[in-house]
Amino acid sequence: MAEIDKSGQSAMIDQADERRHIIRQGLGRRRRNEAIFRSLGLAAALSAFGFVVVLFGNIVASGLPAFWQVNIETEVTFDPEVVNIEERPVLQPGQSVAEYRREDLAWQRRVSLANWNALIEAAIRQHAPDSDVDTRSILSIVDPNARFVLRDMVIENPGIVGETVPIRLLGSANADNWIKGTIDRSLPDHRQQLSPEARALADALHEEGVMRMRFASHLFTNVDSRVAPASAGLAGAFMGSLYMMLIVIVLAVPIGVASAIYLEEFAPQNRLTDLIEVNINNLAAVPSIVFGLLGAAVFINVFGLPLSAPLAGGLVLTLMTLPTIIIATRSSLRAVPPSLRQAALGLGASHTQMVFHHVLPVTYPGILTASILGVAQALGETAPLLLIGMNAFVANIPTSPLDQSTALPVQIFLWQGNENRNFFEPRTFATIIVLLGLMLSLNALAIYLRSRFEKRK
Amino acid sequence: MKSTLYVSAVAFGLAGVFAASAAEARDTIQIAGSSTVLPFASIVAEEFGNFFPEFNTPVVGSGGSGGGLRQFCEGVGENTIDIANSSRQIREAEIEVCNRNGVSDIREVMFGYDGIVFATRTDRGSFELTPEDVYRAIGAHGEDGPNTATNWNEISENHPDQRIMMAIPASNHGTREVFEEAVVLPGCQAVHGEDAEDEMCLELRQDVIIEIVGDYTETLARLNADNDAMGVFGLSFFDQNRDTLQVATVNGVEPTLETIAQGEYPVSRPLYFYVKGEHIGVIPGIEEYVEFFMSEGVNGPGGVLEAAGLIPAPREEIEANLEEFRSGGAAN
Repeated sequence: MAEIDKSGQSAMIDQADERRHIIRQGLGRRRRNEAIFRSLGLAAALSAFGFVVVLFGNIVASGLPAFWQVNIETEVTFDPEVVNIEERPVLQPGQSVAEYRREDLAWQRRVSLANWNALIEAAIRQHAPDSDVDTRSILSIVDPNARFVLRDMVIENPGIVGETVPIRLLGSANADNWIKGTIDRSLPDHRQQLSPEARALADALHEEGVMRMRFASHLFTNVDSRVAPASAGLAGAFMGSLYMMLIVIVLAVPIGVASAIYLEEFAPQNRLTDLIEVNINNLAAVPSIVFGLLGAAVFINVFGLPLSAPLAGGLVLTLMTLPTIIIATRSSLRAVPPSLRQAALGLGASHTQMVFHHVLPVTYPGILTASILGVAQALGETAPLLLIGMNAFVANIPTSPLDQSTALPVQIFLWQGNENRNFFEPRTFATIIVLLGLMLSLNALAIYLRSRFEKRK
Repeated sequence: MKSTLYVSAVAFGLAGVFAASAAEARDTIQIAGSSTVLPFASIVAEEFGNFFPEFNTPVVGSGGSGGGLRQFCEGVGENTIDIANSSRQIREAEIEVCNRNGVSDIREVMFGYDGIVFATRTDRGSFELTPEDVYRAIGAHGEDGPNTATNWNEISENHPDQRIMMAIPASNHGTREVFEEAVVLPGCQAVHGEDAEDEMCLELRQDVIIEIVGDYTETLARLNADNDAMGVFGLSFFDQNRDTLQVATVNGVEPTLETIAQGEYPVSRPLYFYVKGEHIGVIPGIEEYVEFFMSEGVNGPGGVLEAAGLIPAPREEIEANLEEFRSGGAAN
């Protein structure tokens, strides 16, 4: 018996050994598989990160130089010979306001017609007294809108005439290209934009420290300009985008959240609500350009909204953002545990009270995140805006959503097409940086608000 | 719950305000059309805004000559444009559409000329073209059977040994029409005889042309992608990018402001804008804009437009066009 036992035992031990052996073999394979999967996953994550780094690196490296621009720091004498203007009209007793306004505008136009370029030329010439450089070359290194900077100084303070004041003027786009080296400095004369005299003058001023790099704050405060590319800025596009975002927030968020609450909490399950649901889901997958066509056909042609206005753009973007907000809100409503509803109902709350007092507060972080992400998506949308005429050249800051305007992503598109490639290529990337910065801060706001609400809960 | 109600009440209130104020009069001139005219029109618009403090700066959109005239002819009213820029003359069919939609006072203003140039990258060979050579390169029909030339030096020994590839504007651009009329048709007649059919002549080899729907920046991008390609550009665009592009002569003439103004360079075209007479007096500033556009300081020798690469029309011609505009001369 004992022998049998023994042999039985040894057989069992053999079996166990064998099993252990099999397991060990399998274990090795499992560990290997796991290691392979892990390394593949890591490689995928690293390559995704690598792409992002390359993309952002490229954008930042190309765009950052555009935030600094050549400025000319000099002194301008408002020569009364040149700025020969009479006193600004004042409202006479007995004169109607309309008449006074007309006189004042006529005065402003006469001021505009003074030869401001002569003042600029004289100011530059004092830095190069012995050079016989021609007027055209001198003016070619100064931003053409400098004349309006001087004009506005006089309109604001007519007492300045006859005085010499220190001033900072922008260099022209071509001078900026030359100093920065964005145009190949070794090219022969006939391939350069500036004349040899202008280039020599720019180099001399740069060496003297009269011409130096400054942060281009006008990029944020000026409107777009074709006459003076160096002084073009994003203020108009920014305001246009802001108006559109306001319209999206005011319209898409309440409508989206309300319809999500109704569909999820109150709607009876029938054909009609099914139909609505399917269509909302389909709407989320419709390409944005289709919304642009719809906007042009409906908002502009049927409702007669103005062309190129943030109002029409905002409405189109609202349509585009609605499904995103509805779907995200519904899924966060669905994630609320049934026990919460049952508890509320069990304590005698009505259906509406249950939804607004118990369910909705829990979903605030989700709804907020969905709304902000929807708005951020709308902020970056370009295609539908092109179809409602928002890709126009606009040199005003819009004062209402009804004024013509562009938007930040459309401004990228417009500057990308500007013929002064050397100057506008870095500028385009700078605009991308501004837009990305706005997007990132919107997303950061979403994360911050979410964590705040979650803590309060 | 109350706050939600307030929010939606505010939302609908705002929507109502927007809708109501949409009915207010537009006080900014709205312009659209040719991307060749766009830089010039934008410059004039901006200067206009600076010199006329009582008017807003006009808004200038693109869309090509065809697109601009289509918008122009959509009808009369504040949600239609006031001025269409065009790099070709308005067509009969477009005038008909305009008239059908109630636009019957179409005032044509020709303001200057633009040269069309052929340019290649500076790191490639330079060209001395003739319309005949261009047709022999990209026309579908050779003298005997289909055209199969692959390199420029097969057409003439003067040309460098470079693959034939041309980026030309698509038919939404007015430039295409000028390219066909001033280059393709004369070239075709030189090859196939004076009585060659236009239809046959305009058939181009699809394998050696790239049709550019967008603007000249897209053409430039094509040249950077395919270094052998030759692009068709406006003179002003070439002028701003002469560090990367070199221009070909046509019939031995180099395109410059002077040769185009004197009519020596063969491929140039007049530029126009069309003003909707019905909007004059409704949208403020249209007449002032036109007068300012045609004034000596803007559109004259040494003016801002010439500095931007436009060849201003002769002064007498400008005066005549202005006179016709003032008296309400229609395009037809």
